[in-house]
Amino acid sequence: MLSQFSYQRAASIKEAAEAASRPDVRILAGGTDLLGCLRNQVLQANRLVSLNGLSALKGIRQGPGGGLRLGALTTLTEIAEHRQILDSYSVLAQAAASVGSPQLRNQGTLGGNLCQRPRCWYFRGDFKCRRKGGDTCFAEGGDSQLHCIFGGASCYMVHPSDTAPALVALDAKVSITGRRGTRLVPLSSFFVLPADSLVKETVLQPGEIVTEILLDPPQPGARSAYRKVRERGAFDFALAGAAIVVAMAEGKVRTARVVLSGVAPVPWRSTDAEKTIIGKPLDAAVAVAAAAAAVKGASPLADNGYKVPLVRGILEETLTALAA
Amino acid sequence: MRKSIRERESRTGLSRRRFFNSVASGAAEAAILTVPGAVAAEAAVGQAADGNMVKTVLDINGRSHSLSVEPRWTLLYVLRDRLGLMGTKASCERGECGACTVLIDGAARYACMTLAVEATGAEITTVEGLMRGEELGPVQQAFVEEDAFQCGHCTSGQVVSVEALLRKTPQPSIEQIREGVSGNVCRCGAYANIFRAVQKAAELRKGGR
Ligand SMILES: Cc1cc2nc3c(=O)[nH]c(=O)nc-3n(C[C@H](O)[C@H](O)[C@H](O)COP(=O)(O)OP(=O)(O)OC[C@H]3O[C@@H](n4cnc5c(N)ncnc54)[C@H](O)[C@@H]3O)c2cc1C
Ligand code: FES
Ligand code: FES
Repeated sequence: MLSQFSYQRAASIKEAAEAASRPDVRILAGGTDLLGCLRNQVLQANRLVSLNGLSALKGIRQGPGGGLRLGALTTLTEIAEHRQILDSYSVLAQAAASVGSPQLRNQGTLGGNLCQRPRCWYFRGDFKCRRKGGDTCFAEGGDSQLHCIFGGASCYMVHPSDTAPALVALDAKVSITGRRGTRLVPLSSFFVLPADSLVKETVLQPGEIVTEILLDPPQPGARSAYRKVRERGAFDFALAGAAIVVAMAEGKVRTARVVLSGVAPVPWRSTDAEKTIIGKPLDAAVAVAAAAAAVKGASPLADNGYKVPLVRGILEETLTALAA
Repeated sequence: MRKSIRERESRTGLSRRRFFNSVASGAAEAAILTVPGAVAAEAAVGQAADGNMVKTVLDINGRSHSLSVEPRWTLLYVLRDRLGLMGTKASCERGECGACTVLIDGAARYACMTLAVEATGAEITTVEGLMRGEELGPVQQAFVEEDAFQCGHCTSGQVVSVEALLRKTPQPSIEQIREGVSGNVCRCGAYANIFRAVQKAAELRKGGR
Protein backbone atom coordinates (compact mmCIF):
# COMPACT_ATOMS: atom_id res chain seq x y z
CA MET A 1 0.00 0.00 0.00
CA LEU A 2 1.23 3.48 -0.83
CA SER A 3 1.53 6.08 1.93
CA GLN A 4 -1.46 8.35 2.46
CA PHE A 5 -1.94 11.33 0.21
CA SER A 6 -4.87 13.45 -0.85
CA TYR A 7 -5.94 13.89 -4.45
CA GLN A 8 -6.83 16.92 -6.48
CA ARG A 9 -7.95 16.81 -10.10
CA ALA A 10 -6.90 20.19 -11.44
CA ALA A 11 -9.59 22.08 -13.34
CA SER A 12 -7.10 24.43 -15.02
CA ILE A 13 -3.38 24.62 -15.72
CA LYS A 14 -3.25 27.60 -13.38
CA GLU A 15 -4.83 25.59 -10.57
CA ALA A 16 -2.36 22.76 -11.15
CA ALA A 17 0.58 25.19 -11.11
CA GLU A 18 -0.65 26.83 -7.87
CA ALA A 19 -1.12 23.46 -6.18
CA ALA A 20 2.16 21.96 -7.38
CA SER A 21 4.25 24.88 -6.18
CA ARG A 22 4.09 23.43 -2.67
CA PRO A 23 7.01 21.09 -1.96
CA ASP A 24 4.82 18.24 -0.64
CA VAL A 25 2.67 18.12 -3.78
CA ARG A 26 3.48 15.98 -6.84
CA ILE A 27 2.11 16.20 -10.35
CA LEU A 28 0.38 13.07 -11.67
CA ALA A 29 0.13 12.30 -15.39
CA GLY A 30 0.13 8.62 -16.44
CA GLY A 31 1.60 7.62 -13.07
CA THR A 32 3.89 4.91 -14.45
CA ASP A 33 6.95 6.58 -12.98
CA LEU A 34 5.47 8.52 -10.08
CA LEU A 35 3.62 5.60 -8.48
CA GLY A 36 6.79 3.48 -8.66
CA CYS A 37 8.74 6.26 -6.92
CA LEU A 38 6.08 6.55 -4.22
CA ARG A 39 5.91 2.79 -3.73
CA ASN A 40 9.68 2.54 -3.36
CA GLN A 41 9.62 5.61 -1.10
CA VAL A 42 12.06 7.44 -3.33
CA LEU A 43 9.62 10.35 -3.26
CA GLN A 44 7.10 11.46 -0.67
CA ALA A 45 3.82 13.23 -1.35
CA ASN A 46 1.05 14.62 0.82
CA ARG A 47 -1.04 15.43 -2.21
CA LEU A 48 -1.15 14.45 -5.86
CA VAL A 49 -2.47 16.94 -8.35
CA SER A 50 -3.73 15.16 -11.44
CA LEU A 51 -3.43 16.76 -14.85
CA ASN A 52 -5.76 14.23 -16.43
CA GLY A 53 -8.83 16.46 -16.47
CA LEU A 54 -7.04 19.06 -18.59
CA SER A 55 -8.10 18.52 -22.21
CA ALA A 56 -5.85 21.44 -23.30
CA LEU A 57 -2.87 19.16 -22.58
CA LYS A 58 -4.17 16.23 -24.61
CA GLY A 59 -3.54 15.26 -28.19
CA ILE A 60 -1.55 16.35 -31.20
CA ARG A 61 -2.27 19.59 -33.04
CA GLN A 62 -0.92 21.19 -36.20
CA GLY A 63 1.69 23.86 -35.54
CA PRO A 64 2.56 26.88 -37.63
CA GLY A 65 4.00 26.20 -41.10
CA GLY A 66 3.62 22.41 -40.96
CA GLY A 67 5.08 21.71 -37.53
CA LEU A 68 3.34 19.84 -34.72
CA ARG A 69 2.29 20.68 -31.17
CA LEU A 70 2.27 17.69 -28.87
CA GLY A 71 0.24 18.07 -25.68
CA ALA A 72 2.08 16.95 -22.54
CA LEU A 73 -0.58 14.31 -21.85
CA THR A 74 -0.28 12.72 -25.30
CA THR A 75 0.43 9.03 -24.69
CA LEU A 76 3.48 7.35 -26.12
CA THR A 77 1.20 5.01 -28.08
CA GLU A 78 -0.46 7.99 -29.76
CA ILE A 79 2.95 9.35 -30.71
CA ALA A 80 4.28 6.01 -31.96
CA GLU A 81 1.22 5.51 -34.20
CA HIS A 82 0.64 9.05 -35.47
CA ARG A 83 0.81 9.11 -39.27
CA GLN A 84 2.59 12.45 -39.60
CA ILE A 85 5.12 11.60 -36.88
CA LEU A 86 5.84 8.23 -38.53
CA ASP A 87 6.36 9.97 -41.88
CA SER A 88 8.18 13.17 -40.94
CA TYR A 89 9.69 12.62 -37.48
CA SER A 90 10.49 8.88 -37.52
CA VAL A 91 13.13 9.34 -34.82
CA LEU A 92 10.38 10.32 -32.37
CA ALA A 93 7.95 7.58 -33.43
CA GLN A 94 10.72 4.99 -33.03
CA ALA A 95 11.78 6.37 -29.66
CA ALA A 96 8.21 6.35 -28.31
CA ALA A 97 7.68 2.79 -29.63
CA SER A 98 10.79 1.62 -27.78
CA VAL A 99 9.57 2.64 -24.31
CA GLY A 100 8.75 -0.12 -21.82
CA SER A 101 5.80 -2.19 -22.98
CA PRO A 102 2.46 -1.69 -24.77
CA GLN A 103 0.70 -1.10 -21.45
CA LEU A 104 3.28 1.46 -20.31
CA ARG A 105 3.00 3.27 -23.64
CA ASN A 106 -0.80 3.32 -23.39
CA GLN A 107 -0.67 5.11 -20.08
CA GLY A 108 2.72 6.85 -20.08
CA THR A 109 2.63 10.42 -21.36
CA LEU A 110 5.18 12.48 -23.25
CA GLY A 111 5.38 15.08 -20.43
CA GLY A 112 5.91 12.33 -17.86
CA ASN A 113 8.53 10.72 -20.06
CA LEU A 114 10.57 13.95 -20.09
CA CYS A 115 10.10 14.59 -16.36
CA GLN A 116 10.64 11.01 -15.09
CA ARG A 117 13.15 10.50 -12.30
CA PRO A 118 16.44 8.59 -12.67
CA ARG A 119 16.45 4.80 -12.79
CA CYS A 120 19.82 4.41 -11.06
CA TRP A 121 19.48 1.36 -8.80
CA TYR A 122 20.96 3.24 -5.86
CA PHE A 123 18.56 6.15 -6.31
CA ARG A 124 15.60 3.76 -6.58
CA GLY A 125 16.87 1.56 -3.78
CA ASP A 126 17.45 2.05 -0.09
CA PHE A 127 20.49 4.29 -0.49
CA LYS A 128 20.70 7.88 0.63
CA CYS A 129 22.67 9.03 -2.38
CA ARG A 130 23.56 12.60 -3.31
CA ARG A 131 20.42 12.96 -5.39
CA LYS A 132 18.39 12.14 -2.28
CA GLY A 133 20.26 14.60 -0.06
CA GLY A 134 23.07 12.25 1.00
CA ASP A 135 26.79 12.75 0.50
CA THR A 136 27.76 9.71 -1.59
CA CYS A 137 27.29 8.51 -5.14
CA PHE A 138 27.31 4.76 -4.58
CA ALA A 139 28.07 4.08 -8.25
CA GLU A 140 31.54 5.59 -7.76
CA GLY A 141 32.77 2.63 -5.74
CA GLY A 142 29.88 0.23 -6.37
CA ASP A 143 28.13 -1.47 -9.26
CA SER A 144 28.27 0.85 -12.24
CA GLN A 145 27.24 -1.31 -15.21
CA LEU A 146 24.33 0.95 -16.10
CA HIS A 147 25.86 4.31 -15.28
CA CYS A 148 27.20 7.14 -17.40
CA ILE A 149 30.34 7.50 -19.49
CA PHE A 150 29.83 11.21 -20.21
CA GLY A 151 28.87 14.20 -18.08
CA GLY A 152 29.16 12.56 -14.66
CA ALA A 153 30.41 14.54 -11.67
CA SER A 154 29.33 13.74 -8.11
CA CYS A 155 26.48 11.69 -9.62
CA TYR A 156 26.74 9.16 -12.44
CA MET A 157 23.11 8.46 -13.36
CA VAL A 158 22.01 8.18 -16.96
CA HIS A 159 18.91 9.96 -18.17
CA PRO A 160 16.27 7.26 -18.64
CA SER A 161 14.06 8.88 -21.30
CA ASP A 162 13.92 7.58 -24.88
CA THR A 163 11.86 10.45 -26.25
CA ALA A 164 14.18 13.14 -24.82
CA PRO A 165 17.16 12.37 -27.12
CA ALA A 166 14.80 12.20 -30.11
CA LEU A 167 13.29 15.57 -29.25
CA VAL A 168 16.72 17.16 -28.70
CA ALA A 169 17.78 15.80 -32.10
CA LEU A 170 14.67 17.41 -33.62
CA ASP A 171 15.51 20.68 -31.86
CA ALA A 172 12.06 20.68 -30.24
CA LYS A 173 10.93 23.29 -27.77
CA VAL A 174 9.01 22.78 -24.59
CA SER A 175 6.32 25.14 -23.36
CA ILE A 176 6.26 25.50 -19.58
CA THR A 177 3.59 27.18 -17.48
CA GLY A 178 4.03 28.23 -13.88
CA ARG A 179 2.32 30.62 -11.52
CA ARG A 180 4.12 33.55 -13.09
CA GLY A 181 3.38 32.74 -16.69
CA THR A 182 4.58 30.72 -19.64
CA ARG A 183 8.07 30.27 -21.07
CA LEU A 184 9.46 28.42 -24.06
CA VAL A 185 12.68 26.44 -23.57
CA PRO A 186 14.63 24.54 -26.23
CA LEU A 187 14.70 20.91 -25.19
CA SER A 188 18.48 21.04 -25.49
CA SER A 189 18.54 23.37 -22.43
CA PHE A 190 15.72 21.65 -20.53
CA PHE A 191 17.86 19.01 -18.79
CA VAL A 192 20.52 19.84 -16.19
CA LEU A 193 23.81 18.11 -15.51
CA PRO A 194 24.82 17.04 -11.99
CA ALA A 195 27.39 19.86 -12.06
CA ASP A 196 24.45 22.30 -12.12
CA SER A 197 22.07 20.50 -9.78
CA LEU A 198 22.26 17.32 -7.77
CA VAL A 199 18.59 17.26 -6.85
CA LYS A 200 16.72 17.80 -10.09
CA GLU A 201 17.13 16.70 -13.69
CA THR A 202 15.30 19.56 -15.45
CA VAL A 203 15.09 23.35 -15.30
CA LEU A 204 11.51 23.14 -14.00
CA GLN A 205 10.89 25.33 -10.95
CA PRO A 206 8.43 24.20 -8.26
CA GLY A 207 4.92 24.38 -9.69
CA GLU A 208 6.02 24.62 -13.30
CA ILE A 209 4.19 22.30 -15.67
CA VAL A 210 5.17 21.09 -19.09
CA THR A 211 2.17 21.85 -21.29
CA GLU A 212 3.34 21.26 -24.88
CA ILE A 213 6.25 20.13 -26.99
CA LEU A 214 6.68 22.05 -30.22
CA LEU A 215 8.18 20.51 -33.36
CA ASP A 216 9.39 22.69 -36.23
CA PRO A 217 8.29 21.72 -39.72
CA PRO A 218 10.52 18.92 -41.03
CA GLN A 219 13.57 20.16 -42.96
CA PRO A 220 13.71 19.38 -46.67
CA GLY A 221 15.65 16.17 -47.28
CA ALA A 222 15.42 15.14 -43.62
CA ARG A 223 16.01 11.54 -42.52
CA SER A 224 16.01 10.34 -38.96
CA ALA A 225 16.21 7.27 -36.76
CA TYR A 226 16.38 6.15 -33.12
CA ARG A 227 18.37 3.06 -32.26
CA LYS A 228 18.16 1.64 -28.74
CA VAL A 229 20.15 -1.26 -27.35
CA ARG A 230 18.82 -2.93 -24.23
CA GLU A 231 19.40 -6.13 -22.33
CA ARG A 232 16.02 -7.60 -23.25
CA GLY A 233 13.62 -6.76 -26.03
CA ALA A 234 10.89 -5.23 -23.90
CA PHE A 235 10.40 -3.63 -20.49
CA ASP A 236 13.87 -2.18 -20.52
CA PHE A 237 15.75 1.08 -20.55
CA ALA A 238 18.58 1.84 -22.98
CA LEU A 239 22.05 0.51 -22.25
CA ALA A 240 22.93 3.00 -24.97
CA GLY A 241 21.16 4.51 -27.92
CA ALA A 242 21.30 7.20 -30.55
CA ALA A 243 18.83 9.66 -32.00
CA ILE A 244 20.00 10.98 -35.35
CA VAL A 245 18.47 13.60 -37.61
CA VAL A 246 20.21 14.58 -40.85
CA ALA A 247 19.10 16.77 -43.73
CA MET A 248 20.59 15.92 -47.11
CA ALA A 249 21.15 18.23 -50.07
CA GLU A 250 22.79 17.22 -53.33
CA GLY A 251 24.04 13.95 -51.89
CA LYS A 252 25.72 15.58 -48.91
CA VAL A 253 24.77 16.09 -45.28
CA ARG A 254 23.62 19.69 -44.89
CA THR A 255 22.69 19.62 -41.18
CA ALA A 256 23.01 16.91 -38.54
CA ARG A 257 22.09 16.28 -34.94
CA VAL A 258 23.47 13.29 -33.10
CA VAL A 259 22.15 12.73 -29.57
CA LEU A 260 23.03 9.72 -27.40
CA SER A 261 20.81 8.05 -24.81
CA GLY A 262 21.75 5.83 -21.89
CA VAL A 263 25.26 7.23 -21.55
CA ALA A 264 24.96 10.57 -19.70
CA PRO A 265 22.83 12.29 -17.04
CA VAL A 266 21.16 14.26 -19.85
CA PRO A 267 20.47 13.42 -23.52
CA TRP A 268 24.06 13.73 -24.79
CA ARG A 269 24.56 15.73 -27.93
CA SER A 270 27.78 14.91 -29.77
CA THR A 271 28.75 18.01 -31.75
CA ASP A 272 32.04 16.25 -32.63
CA ALA A 273 30.12 13.52 -34.44
CA GLU A 274 27.93 16.13 -36.12
CA LYS A 275 30.96 18.10 -37.38
CA THR A 276 32.41 14.90 -38.82
CA ILE A 277 29.43 14.26 -41.06
CA ILE A 278 28.27 17.76 -42.07
CA GLY A 279 29.29 18.59 -45.64
CA LYS A 280 30.15 14.97 -46.47
CA PRO A 281 28.28 12.27 -48.31
CA LEU A 282 26.80 9.78 -45.85
CA ASP A 283 28.87 6.64 -46.40
CA ALA A 284 30.52 3.89 -44.38
CA ALA A 285 33.82 5.76 -43.95
CA VAL A 286 32.06 8.86 -42.65
CA ALA A 287 29.94 6.73 -40.31
CA VAL A 288 33.07 5.12 -38.84
CA ALA A 289 34.75 8.50 -38.37
CA ALA A 290 31.67 10.01 -36.74
CA ALA A 291 31.35 7.05 -34.36
CA ALA A 292 35.00 7.44 -33.34
CA ALA A 293 34.53 11.17 -32.81
CA ALA A 294 31.47 10.59 -30.62
CA VAL A 295 33.31 8.50 -28.02
CA LYS A 296 36.34 10.77 -27.74
CA GLY A 297 36.38 12.01 -24.18
CA ALA A 298 34.28 9.18 -22.76
CA SER A 299 35.24 8.34 -19.18
CA PRO A 300 33.80 5.00 -18.14
CA LEU A 301 33.49 3.85 -14.53
CA ALA A 302 34.70 0.46 -13.27
CA ASP A 303 31.93 -1.65 -14.86
CA ASN A 304 30.62 0.22 -17.89
CA GLY A 305 33.55 0.33 -20.30
CA TYR A 306 31.46 -1.79 -22.69
CA LYS A 307 29.37 1.28 -23.46
CA VAL A 308 32.22 2.84 -25.46
CA PRO A 309 32.35 0.20 -28.23
CA LEU A 310 28.56 -0.13 -27.94
CA VAL A 311 28.05 3.55 -28.79
CA ARG A 312 30.49 3.25 -31.69
CA GLY A 313 28.66 0.25 -33.06
CA ILE A 314 25.26 1.90 -32.68
CA LEU A 315 26.42 5.02 -34.52
CA GLU A 316 28.18 3.13 -37.32
CA GLU A 317 25.11 0.98 -37.87
CA THR A 318 22.52 3.72 -37.66
CA LEU A 319 24.37 6.23 -39.83
CA THR A 320 24.99 3.56 -42.44
CA ALA A 321 21.31 2.60 -42.39
CA LEU A 322 20.34 6.26 -42.84
CA ALA A 323 22.65 6.47 -45.87
CA ALA A 324 20.75 3.74 -47.69
CA MET B 1 -20.05 -7.29 -26.69
CA ARG B 2 -20.81 -5.59 -23.38
CA LYS B 3 -24.38 -5.32 -24.45
CA SER B 4 -24.66 -9.00 -25.12
CA ILE B 5 -23.26 -9.82 -21.70
CA ARG B 6 -25.84 -7.61 -20.12
CA GLU B 7 -28.63 -9.03 -22.19
CA ARG B 8 -27.59 -12.49 -21.28
CA GLU B 9 -27.35 -11.70 -17.61
CA SER B 10 -30.73 -10.09 -17.49
CA ARG B 11 -32.11 -13.24 -19.05
CA THR B 12 -30.48 -15.58 -16.57
CA GLY B 13 -31.27 -13.42 -13.58
CA LEU B 14 -28.42 -13.79 -11.13
CA SER B 15 -25.13 -13.76 -12.98
CA ARG B 16 -22.02 -15.51 -11.84
CA ARG B 17 -20.33 -12.18 -11.40
CA ARG B 18 -23.13 -10.56 -9.54
CA PHE B 19 -23.03 -13.56 -7.23
CA PHE B 20 -19.28 -13.19 -6.99
CA ASN B 21 -19.57 -9.52 -6.19
CA SER B 22 -22.22 -10.02 -3.60
CA VAL B 23 -20.32 -12.72 -1.71
CA ALA B 24 -17.17 -10.65 -1.81
CA SER B 25 -18.75 -7.45 -0.65
CA GLY B 26 -18.85 -8.66 2.94
CA ALA B 27 -15.21 -7.76 3.18
CA ALA B 28 -15.54 -4.95 0.72
CA GLU B 29 -17.10 -1.56 0.69
CA ALA B 30 -20.76 -1.81 1.77
CA ALA B 31 -23.26 -2.26 -1.02
CA ILE B 32 -22.18 -2.55 -4.60
CA LEU B 33 -24.81 -0.82 -6.61
CA THR B 34 -25.07 -2.36 -10.01
CA VAL B 35 -26.74 0.04 -12.34
CA PRO B 36 -26.07 -1.32 -15.82
CA GLY B 37 -24.81 1.29 -18.19
CA ALA B 38 -25.40 4.33 -16.06
CA VAL B 39 -22.13 5.94 -15.10
CA ALA B 40 -22.10 9.48 -13.87
CA ALA B 41 -18.78 10.28 -15.47
CA GLU B 42 -18.91 13.97 -14.71
CA ALA B 43 -18.91 14.98 -11.08
CA ALA B 44 -18.28 11.39 -10.07
CA VAL B 45 -15.11 12.27 -8.21
CA GLY B 46 -15.74 14.32 -5.10
CA GLN B 47 -13.91 14.66 -1.83
CA ALA B 48 -16.03 12.93 0.78
CA ALA B 49 -16.70 14.70 4.06
CA ASP B 50 -15.08 12.00 6.17
CA GLY B 51 -11.36 12.56 5.92
CA ASN B 52 -9.54 11.30 2.92
CA MET B 53 -12.13 9.05 1.29
CA VAL B 54 -13.33 9.98 -2.16
CA LYS B 55 -16.73 8.93 -3.46
CA THR B 56 -16.47 7.43 -6.89
CA VAL B 57 -18.29 5.38 -9.48
CA LEU B 58 -16.33 2.80 -11.44
CA ASP B 59 -17.68 1.22 -14.62
CA ILE B 60 -16.33 -2.32 -14.58
CA ASN B 61 -17.37 -4.95 -17.09
CA GLY B 62 -20.47 -2.98 -17.96
CA ARG B 63 -21.65 -2.39 -14.41
CA SER B 64 -21.45 0.69 -12.26
CA HIS B 65 -19.91 0.32 -8.84
CA SER B 66 -20.44 3.17 -6.38
CA LEU B 67 -17.86 3.16 -3.64
CA SER B 68 -15.60 5.32 -1.54
CA VAL B 69 -11.89 4.97 -2.13
CA GLU B 70 -8.73 6.33 -0.62
CA PRO B 71 -6.77 8.27 -3.25
CA ARG B 72 -3.78 5.98 -2.69
CA TRP B 73 -5.71 2.85 -3.62
CA THR B 74 -4.71 1.46 -6.96
CA LEU B 75 -7.28 0.10 -9.35
CA LEU B 76 -5.69 -3.32 -8.76
CA TYR B 77 -6.34 -3.11 -5.02
CA VAL B 78 -9.93 -1.99 -5.53
CA LEU B 79 -10.66 -4.73 -8.06
CA ARG B 80 -9.28 -7.52 -5.92
CA ASP B 81 -9.64 -6.44 -2.32
CA ARG B 82 -12.73 -4.23 -2.46
CA LEU B 83 -14.79 -5.73 -5.27
CA GLY B 84 -13.64 -9.34 -5.11
CA LEU B 85 -12.74 -9.47 -8.78
CA MET B 86 -9.82 -11.81 -8.26
CA GLY B 87 -9.19 -12.59 -11.93
CA THR B 88 -6.80 -9.67 -12.16
CA LYS B 89 -3.56 -10.81 -10.54
CA ALA B 90 -1.12 -8.90 -8.35
CA SER B 91 2.60 -9.59 -8.61
CA CYS B 92 5.25 -6.89 -8.84
CA GLU B 93 2.92 -3.92 -8.29
CA ARG B 94 5.50 -1.78 -10.07
CA GLY B 95 4.54 -2.01 -13.72
CA GLU B 96 7.15 -4.67 -14.39
CA CYS B 97 5.24 -7.89 -15.07
CA GLY B 98 1.78 -7.44 -16.61
CA ALA B 99 -0.18 -9.78 -14.28
CA CYS B 100 -2.56 -6.91 -13.46
CA THR B 101 -3.39 -5.94 -17.07
CA VAL B 102 -6.91 -4.58 -17.61
CA LEU B 103 -8.54 -2.66 -20.44
CA ILE B 104 -9.26 0.99 -19.77
CA ASP B 105 -11.36 2.49 -22.55
CA GLY B 106 -10.21 -0.44 -24.66
CA ALA B 107 -6.45 0.05 -24.11
CA ALA B 108 -4.37 -2.43 -22.08
CA ARG B 109 -2.95 -0.84 -18.96
CA TYR B 110 -1.46 -1.89 -15.64
CA ALA B 111 -4.04 -1.70 -12.86
CA CYS B 112 -1.19 -1.56 -10.31
CA MET B 113 0.04 1.71 -11.81
CA THR B 114 -3.39 3.31 -12.07
CA LEU B 115 -5.08 5.00 -9.13
CA ALA B 116 -8.71 3.94 -8.75
CA VAL B 117 -9.83 7.60 -8.56
CA GLU B 118 -8.18 8.18 -11.92
CA ALA B 119 -10.23 5.41 -13.54
CA THR B 120 -13.49 7.16 -12.73
CA GLY B 121 -15.58 7.68 -15.85
CA ALA B 122 -13.58 5.19 -17.90
CA GLU B 123 -14.84 1.86 -19.19
CA ILE B 124 -12.85 -0.82 -17.33
CA THR B 125 -12.73 -4.42 -18.54
CA THR B 126 -11.12 -7.20 -16.54
CA VAL B 127 -10.59 -10.82 -17.53
CA GLU B 128 -14.01 -11.62 -15.98
CA GLY B 129 -15.55 -9.19 -18.47
CA LEU B 130 -14.21 -11.25 -21.38
CA MET B 131 -16.61 -14.09 -20.58
CA ARG B 132 -19.52 -14.58 -22.95
CA GLY B 133 -22.14 -14.98 -20.26
CA GLU B 134 -21.27 -18.26 -18.56
CA GLU B 135 -19.02 -19.38 -21.41
CA LEU B 136 -15.41 -18.60 -22.15
CA GLY B 137 -14.70 -15.83 -24.63
CA PRO B 138 -12.62 -16.66 -27.73
CA VAL B 139 -9.28 -15.65 -26.23
CA GLN B 140 -9.91 -17.58 -23.03
CA GLN B 141 -11.09 -20.60 -25.04
CA ALA B 142 -7.96 -20.45 -27.21
CA PHE B 143 -5.68 -20.38 -24.15
CA VAL B 144 -7.37 -23.53 -22.83
CA GLU B 145 -7.27 -25.30 -26.18
CA GLU B 146 -3.61 -24.48 -26.82
CA ASP B 147 -2.55 -25.21 -23.24
CA ALA B 148 -1.06 -21.72 -23.05
CA PHE B 149 -0.16 -21.74 -19.38
CA GLN B 150 1.56 -23.73 -16.68
CA CYS B 151 1.06 -22.18 -13.24
CA GLY B 152 -1.51 -19.76 -14.66
CA HIS B 153 -0.47 -16.72 -12.70
CA CYS B 154 0.30 -14.59 -15.75
CA THR B 155 -2.64 -15.93 -17.74
CA SER B 156 -5.38 -13.41 -17.06
CA GLY B 157 -2.98 -10.56 -17.88
CA GLN B 158 -1.93 -12.34 -21.08
CA VAL B 159 -5.56 -12.91 -22.06
CA VAL B 160 -6.44 -9.24 -21.57
CA SER B 161 -3.40 -8.12 -23.59
CA VAL B 162 -4.33 -10.50 -26.39
CA GLU B 163 -7.89 -9.16 -26.36
CA ALA B 164 -6.49 -5.63 -26.79
CA LEU B 165 -4.17 -6.80 -29.55
CA LEU B 166 -6.91 -8.59 -31.53
CA ARG B 167 -9.35 -5.70 -31.24
CA LYS B 168 -6.77 -3.49 -32.95
CA THR B 169 -5.13 -6.10 -35.18
CA PRO B 170 -7.55 -8.98 -35.88
CA GLN B 171 -4.99 -10.98 -37.92
CA PRO B 172 -1.63 -10.30 -36.28
CA SER B 173 1.71 -11.46 -37.65
CA ILE B 174 4.04 -13.37 -35.33
CA GLU B 175 6.01 -10.14 -34.73
CA GLN B 176 2.81 -8.31 -33.83
CA ILE B 177 1.89 -11.14 -31.47
CA ARG B 178 5.28 -10.99 -29.75
CA GLU B 179 4.96 -7.23 -29.43
CA GLY B 180 1.36 -7.52 -28.24
CA VAL B 181 2.25 -9.69 -25.24
CA SER B 182 5.66 -8.12 -24.62
CA GLY B 183 4.28 -6.31 -21.57
CA ASN B 184 3.38 -9.62 -19.91
CA VAL B 185 6.07 -11.76 -18.37
CA CYS B 186 5.53 -15.52 -18.09
CA ARG B 187 7.92 -17.02 -15.57
CA CYS B 188 6.95 -20.53 -16.61
CA GLY B 189 8.02 -19.74 -20.17
CA ALA B 190 4.80 -20.81 -21.86
CA TYR B 191 5.45 -18.36 -24.67
CA ALA B 192 5.36 -20.80 -27.59
CA ASN B 193 1.88 -21.97 -26.58
CA ILE B 194 0.78 -18.42 -25.84
CA PHE B 195 1.73 -17.37 -29.36
CA ARG B 196 -0.22 -20.33 -30.77
CA ALA B 197 -3.20 -19.42 -28.60
CA VAL B 198 -3.20 -15.91 -30.07
CA GLN B 199 -3.37 -17.36 -33.58
CA LYS B 200 -6.14 -19.69 -32.46
CA ALA B 201 -8.04 -16.82 -30.83
CA ALA B 202 -7.80 -14.82 -34.05
CA GLU B 203 -9.38 -17.76 -35.90
CA LEU B 204 -12.12 -18.21 -33.31
CA ARG B 205 -12.95 -14.52 -33.47
CA LYS B 206 -13.06 -14.62 -37.24
CA GLY B 207 -15.44 -17.54 -36.99
CA GLY B 208 -17.76 -15.26 -35.03
CA ARG B 209 -17.13 -16.74 -31.61
C1 LIG C 1 8.95 -1.35 -16.05
C2 LIG C 1 9.13 0.02 -16.61
C3 LIG C 1 9.85 0.19 -17.78
C4 LIG C 1 10.02 1.46 -18.33
N1 LIG C 1 10.74 1.59 -19.47
C5 LIG C 1 10.96 2.82 -19.98
C6 LIG C 1 11.75 2.97 -21.15
O1 LIG C 1 12.19 2.01 -21.76
N2 LIG C 1 11.99 4.23 -21.61
C7 LIG C 1 11.49 5.33 -20.99
O2 LIG C 1 11.73 6.46 -21.47
N3 LIG C 1 10.74 5.23 -19.87
C8 LIG C 1 10.44 4.00 -19.36
N4 LIG C 1 9.68 3.87 -18.22
C9 LIG C 1 9.29 5.07 -17.48
C10 LIG C 1 7.87 5.60 -17.69
O3 LIG C 1 6.94 4.58 -17.84
C11 LIG C 1 7.77 6.51 -18.89
O4 LIG C 1 8.82 7.42 -18.86
C12 LIG C 1 6.46 7.27 -18.98
O5 LIG C 1 6.43 8.00 -20.19
C13 LIG C 1 6.25 8.26 -17.85
O6 LIG C 1 5.08 9.01 -18.12
P1 LIG C 1 3.86 9.11 -17.08
O7 LIG C 1 2.84 9.97 -17.72
O8 LIG C 1 3.44 7.79 -16.63
O9 LIG C 1 4.59 9.90 -15.90
P2 LIG C 1 4.20 10.10 -14.37
O10 LIG C 1 4.60 8.92 -13.60
O11 LIG C 1 2.80 10.58 -14.24
O12 LIG C 1 5.17 11.32 -14.05
C14 LIG C 1 6.59 11.17 -14.05
C15 LIG C 1 7.22 12.40 -13.37
O13 LIG C 1 7.05 13.57 -14.15
C16 LIG C 1 6.27 14.54 -13.47
N5 LIG C 1 5.36 15.06 -14.50
C17 LIG C 1 4.51 14.33 -15.27
N6 LIG C 1 3.90 15.12 -16.18
C18 LIG C 1 4.40 16.37 -15.99
C19 LIG C 1 4.16 17.63 -16.63
N7 LIG C 1 3.31 17.74 -17.67
N8 LIG C 1 4.82 18.73 -16.17
C20 LIG C 1 5.68 18.62 -15.14
N9 LIG C 1 5.95 17.46 -14.49
C21 LIG C 1 5.31 16.34 -14.91
C22 LIG C 1 5.61 13.81 -12.33
O14 LIG C 1 5.41 14.66 -11.23
C23 LIG C 1 6.60 12.71 -12.02
O15 LIG C 1 7.62 13.15 -11.18
C24 LIG C 1 9.46 2.60 -17.67
C25 LIG C 1 8.72 2.43 -16.51
C26 LIG C 1 8.54 1.16 -15.97
C27 LIG C 1 7.74 1.00 -14.73
S1 FES D 1 1.39 -6.33 -10.85
FE1 FES D 1 1.06 -4.69 -12.24
S2 FES D 1 2.63 -4.98 -13.68
FE2 FES D 1 3.14 -6.45 -12.17
S1 FES E 1 2.01 -19.71 -16.73
FE1 FES E 1 3.21 -19.45 -14.95
S2 FES E 1 3.87 -17.40 -15.16
FE2 FES E 1 2.96 -17.75 -17.07
